[in-house]
Amino acid sequence: MTMRPITFFRAGSIDEAVAAVSSHPDSAFLAGGTTEIDLLRLNVVQPTLLVDVNDLPLTYLEDVDDGGVRIGAMARMSDVARAPRIVERYPGMSQALLLGASEQLRNMASMGGNMCQRTRCSYFRDGQSPCNKREPGSGCSALTGINRGHAVLGTSEQCIATHPSDVAVALVALDAMIRTIGPDGTNAIPIERFFLRPADTPSIEHPLAHGELIVAIDVPALPVARTSRYVKHRDRASYEFALVSVFSAMRVDDAGNVAELRLALGGVGTVPWRAHRAEEALIGRPATPENFAAAADAEFADARTTPMNEFMVTFAKRAIVRELSEVTS
Amino acid sequence: MSPVVGKPVNRVDGPDKVTGTGRYCGEIVLPGLAYGLIVGAAVANGRVVSIDETAARAAGGVFGIMTHRNTPKVANQPRLIPSLAGQPAPGESFFPMQDDVVHYWGQPVALVVADSEEAAAHAAALLDITYEPGVPVATIADGRASATQAKTLFGGLMPATDERGDVEGALAAAEVTVDATYHFAANHHNPLETSVTTAQWDGDRVTLWDSTMGVRASQLTVASLLGIPLSDVRVITHFVGGGFGSKAMVWPHVTLAAMAARHVGRPVRLALTRPQSFTSNGHREEQEQRITLGAGRDGRLTAIRHRKLSVTSPFDDWAEPATGVSTQIYGCDNYLGDHQLIHGNTMTPTFTRAPGESLGSFTLETAMDRLAYELGMDPIELRIMNHPPVDNHGNPWSSDGMADCLRRGADLFGWAGRDPTPGTRQEGNDLIGTGVAGAGYPVAFMMPVQHARARIFHDGSVVIQTSAQEFGIGVTTSMSQVGADGLGVDMDVLRFEAGDTDLPNTTSAVGSMGATMQSSAVHNAATTLRNDLIAHAVNDGKSPLHGLSPSSVKVADGRMTSTLDPSIGESYADLLQRNRLLDMEALGSWTPPGMDTPHGLLTFGAQFAEVAVDKDLGLVRVRRMTGVFAPGRVLNPKLARSQLLGGMLWGLGQALLEGNQIDRQSGRWALNNLGEYLVPVHADIPDIQVDFVEVEDDVVGPLGVKGVGEVGQVGAAAAIANAVFHATGRRMNELPMTAEVVMNGGGPG
Repeated sequence: MTMRPITFFRAGSIDEAVAAVSSHPDSAFLAGGTTEIDLLRLNVVQPTLLVDVNDLPLTYLEDVDDGGVRIGAMARMSDVARAPRIVERYPGMSQALLLGASEQLRNMASMGGNMCQRTRCSYFRDGQSPCNKREPGSGCSALTGINRGHAVLGTSEQCIATHPSDVAVALVALDAMIRTIGPDGTNAIPIERFFLRPADTPSIEHPLAHGELIVAIDVPALPVARTSRYVKHRDRASYEFALVSVFSAMRVDDAGNVAELRLALGGVGTVPWRAHRAEEALIGRPATPENFAAAADAEFADARTTPMNEFMVTFAKRAIVRELSEVTS
Repeated sequence: MSPVVGKPVNRVDGPDKVTGTGRYCGEIVLPGLAYGLIVGAAVANGRVVSIDETAARAAGGVFGIMTHRNTPKVANQPRLIPSLAGQPAPGESFFPMQDDVVHYWGQPVALVVADSEEAAAHAAALLDITYEPGVPVATIADGRASATQAKTLFGGLMPATDERGDVEGALAAAEVTVDATYHFAANHHNPLETSVTTAQWDGDRVTLWDSTMGVRASQLTVASLLGIPLSDVRVITHFVGGGFGSKAMVWPHVTLAAMAARHVGRPVRLALTRPQSFTSNGHREEQEQRITLGAGRDGRLTAIRHRKLSVTSPFDDWAEPATGVSTQIYGCDNYLGDHQLIHGNTMTPTFTRAPGESLGSFTLETAMDRLAYELGMDPIELRIMNHPPVDNHGNPWSSDGMADCLRRGADLFGWAGRDPTPGTRQEGNDLIGTGVAGAGYPVAFMMPVQHARARIFHDGSVVIQTSAQEFGIGVTTSMSQVGADGLGVDMDVLRFEAGDTDLPNTTSAVGSMGATMQSSAVHNAATTLRNDLIAHAVNDGKSPLHGLSPSSVKVADGRMTSTLDPSIGESYADLLQRNRLLDMEALGSWTPPGMDTPHGLLTFGAQFAEVAVDKDLGLVRVRRMTGVFAPGRVLNPKLARSQLLGGMLWGLGQALLEGNQIDRQSGRWALNNLGEYLVPVHADIPDIQVDFVEVEDDVVGPLGVKGVGEVGQVGAAAAIANAVFHATGRRMNELPMTAEVVMNGGGPG
């Protein structure tokens, strides 16, 4: 645990918040703080100015014209999880929220903050091991270290840190849009482009300019999402990150073929993982356990494992097949 | 008034705890209090090359920085002996900051003292420390080639080998054998309250508020290390937020707090952070155990060979003794138990709830389940058949109860009619199984004479005192019950005081011996005072009881009456006031029978579990547990149930969740917080049933109390593993039994 002198500023407006952060090189926004305060105390992040955005009028949930929902960035996870329009239109998203963290944390944590949640990799969080995400160029301790919970998809030689979010898994499946306001104006970023795989720059996790603030998340209308589900498998029954989680929304036509499918995975990727290959393998094909298994195989064809986490591939494939089979039956 | 011992009395300190008026050792506020923070080594093996304090000293609010360059040399480094022995009890026979050598990751290399916790943390982060790192060896995988046979454990207190008969010959001749090897991850204690010491000097005398399981052990250890008289060290502890063994021994930070307070000339509070609690007060060591059983077709055990390999520190021959139960819970003429050690770059491991025997029993009790299957016998009958009336020395048990625990548990759990065939019950995606294990935990009489004082004032109010502190298990309540019954007063007029070395000696509340030791001393003090008061009355010409034989006087509600005519009598207060005595007091002593007492000394129990195992994903959830125990007299069934239930949950955690590994590159513990070192949460905890088998024991003290601190954990993980086998047909050779262990068939063994 460390402590450093820090300047704290409570922003009264979005413009004030953006101006405060963008004009100060070592600054950061502070939303719910449920990860960020930990990382400050662990010396992992070291801003000298914190700009609190909790007073900004961004806690709303509202319908957008095409039947979707716009979620203000400061809406608390617990409020979003129980909002009737979320429960009705995107039950899998509600479930993902309720299976994340604990009720106390969900009462504090914001939706925008969740999009910026950092990895739980212990080498990142210890503040001193070589870690390319925290200290670019210093190396990756996890590659040959304790890596049972590390990612098997979307990894690189530089980083295998797992993305920890649950709700982001739902949002990548739903093709959400991240809306921002920054020093250069407003921006809308498709969510899959918002989460950057580590590649050669694991320290860059999002395409955000310094001072660019997430103000809302747009979730588009998607009728098939009304029967969506989120299942989370983990070592203990509650208050833990996923070993593997599965978000699914599927429609099977009268002929028994997969007509629509949204599938995304948590716990296995360096980013919230949209299972595009599995979706492509299944669309238009019979919804059978054999095809589900083939689709799961396709999704993990390029998985890169270590001796400690290779079980995750089998685990995840079985979880996918089970989930799609249960949805079908 | 009827006796209160045996009644489920509520905790007398409950209101203090839930309202926050009870002060823990980290909540002691003193004028001018300063805050210390340890800086731990960032390498696991090597040398401190330089420490640049410039920026830290300039940070503001810093009163002092201690490193190996200015830390006083310790006067006498005691050797490692369990605190139960009543001697100085350092957690390791090593004191940091005496030179520049680093033996383990997190070893204290500096101590910053500042005017606030935050200032200390800030300055600590600004210390620029460079190391010359060596390659750490801290795991069995890296140290196996260097393993050696230990001769003794605990600084010579216990032999590391236990042998009788001809085990190799008996195994060769056995009609049936079972052979299994297990790997167990290290465990950390994680009490809610991390260790904290607040130190204040007054001239040459120091007072320590120390979150310890034994104020006396802290006093003895600190006095030795500082080289000052025992009478100059006072240790006070009124509330402790859990220990589980992490506070059973006295770790360097306690003495460092005293050194720091002297260094800065102010009282100092030194608290371990949660991450530091993984590197500062020991752990249950990573270990392998191998067991080989030989038996006849009739189920009679003919041979047990039980070996353990584990990692200890460079400076201590520490191993949790794994064979104290396996050598005696079942009768067997041919036995070999031994311990091999790897000296590696860890701190000295230490007592962790049900030390030694929880994993030793896991090994034995899962092997017994294998044997039952091998023989086609019911595992309960196999155990009862092999459980002897005497211990391994031929001494009768001080009290037994093993068979009754198994049978009562079988009834409560619904064991009868169980189909033993593995892998045949499925509900949805889950395979369902049930398992049983026996439990035993040694009663270790290594402590010195125990003392307590009972004092009654002339208004009839009573104070009973002894030094060993409450650390959460409820002794303040149960000793109030014992004192009230012993003296013959209502609990409401009695206050029990403890947790202060200025009070009469009782030894650390460790090794499941706290209730035995304290209740014996308190009972003897209270009954001595009662007898003194009765003697006074019958010899007092003005007393209505004058002339009666003391044996014909009974006491209840603070009133002495004739057993012949209940209308004749007077209260203690009347007696004292009439005689112008402001108070009377008595010291009570209890001399334990000693380690060589001719009795078998185990507390017995039986554990049952039902599990659901995800057939594809390997995740295990416990559906219900039943534990039945025979701990002698139960002073307070509500408190005892809580202790035993907690122990069973520890067993659940040990079985399924708890495990830490050392990163082989850095020598650092991989997990250092409660978010990632997993312990069960409420959602993991099933219906748990705890019951007792009554056994009388006139060996273990005047009240016949055996402990309940550890035995609740013993056998719980084995019952779960046996249930997993019943569910899946897969034997578990690794703890914790994580998803991949179950998916991959149970581990290495």
